[in-house]
Amino acid sequence: MAEELDLRGEVCPYTFVKTKLKLEEMATGEDLTIHLDDPEAVANVSTSLKNEGHDLKELKSISPGVWMILVRKGKDL
Amino acid sequence: MSLKFTEDQIKRYSRQILLPEVGGKGQRKLLSSRVLVIGAGGLGSSAIAYLAAAGIGTMGIIDSDTVEISNLQRQIIHGGSLGAPKARSAKHFIRTLNSDVDVVALEERLTGENAREIIRGYDFVVDGSDNFPTHYLINDACVLEKKAFSHGSILRYEGYATTVVPEQGPCYRCLFKKAPPPGLVPSCQEAGVFGVLPGIIGSIQAAEALKFLLGIGKTLAGRLLCFNALDMSFYEAVAEKNKECVVCGDKPVIREILQKNCADEDAVSEVPERCNYGRGT
Repeated sequence: MAEELDLRGEVCPYTFVKTKLKLEEMATGEDLTIHLDDPEAVANVSTSLKNEGHDLKELKSISPGVWMILVRKGKDL
Repeated sequence: MSLKFTEDQIKRYSRQILLPEVGGKGQRKLLSSRVLVIGAGGLGSSAIAYLAAAGIGTMGIIDSDTVEISNLQRQIIHGGSLGAPKARSAKHFIRTLNSDVDVVALEERLTGENAREIIRGYDFVVDGSDNFPTHYLINDACVLEKKAFSHGSILRYEGYATTVVPEQGPCYRCLFKKAPPPGLVPSCQEAGVFGVLPGIIGSIQAAEALKFLLGIGKTLAGRLLCFNALDMSFYEAVAEKNKECVVCGDKPVIREILQKNCADEDAVSEVPERCNYGRGT
């Protein structure tokens, strides 16, 4: 099942805190689509996702100033 | 436990949720945990402040004293509460720091009669008391109730801490068989205390409580951590379980709380070599 998280308007570190909380509710192997509009957060969230063992599938700009991250949940710690 | 965090909670606990070992799961655990702090003095002040800040759901604070001006050099949560019962003052402090915490303020002494019943209602106990009878009372009640607790003691510039996890590691009596005779170890009142010392030891006790509740890292179970603030040095002694311990040994003698068991002062305690640090506050 694919989940979505709209983090437009959110800044660090809450962008990753909310991403993390969302991923905790999901099962390993499930996909999550995240929308972000803070450039710093786009970089930070991607890095943090990789650091915590998730699979970053896609990162792209979908409209001016808005980015989409597709991540597959990794194993729980 | 899939309680939704409020926006304020996400912000308040963000730095803690970000820790890989904690996360939202750990934060929920803390918010549903119950910690009893015995003594709202120097050790209790920092332990209470950090535990409340971390979002412990329910905190019990037991202390029968009132705030005196001589306390404020180290008991930092009682500002503006001169003359008030310390338990009540601690509750007021917690309310202003974090309204997520429910506080049970007990303005009474922990005694042989009430100890087990009070301790029974909590997941972890912080011993911030300042005398040997109470240290032994807390130990025995926690061992009998199978509750983990953090022990802390300070004097002048020296302090120590250990964590007791009943049925897993040694208890306080395994380390210190008996209290020293009255008068041998001076109290804080006579000996003085470096104000930040209880802050440091009490913070260590709070850290132990949090790790135990979260089930992360390695606690001080089986270790006695000694600290000297003048040298700014830590020393660790191995604490071993005593098979002949009167309360947690193979054939325990203490099976219920009796006042006399906690005030046994007919022999000097055995202090691990090289770790003869402050005892009592």
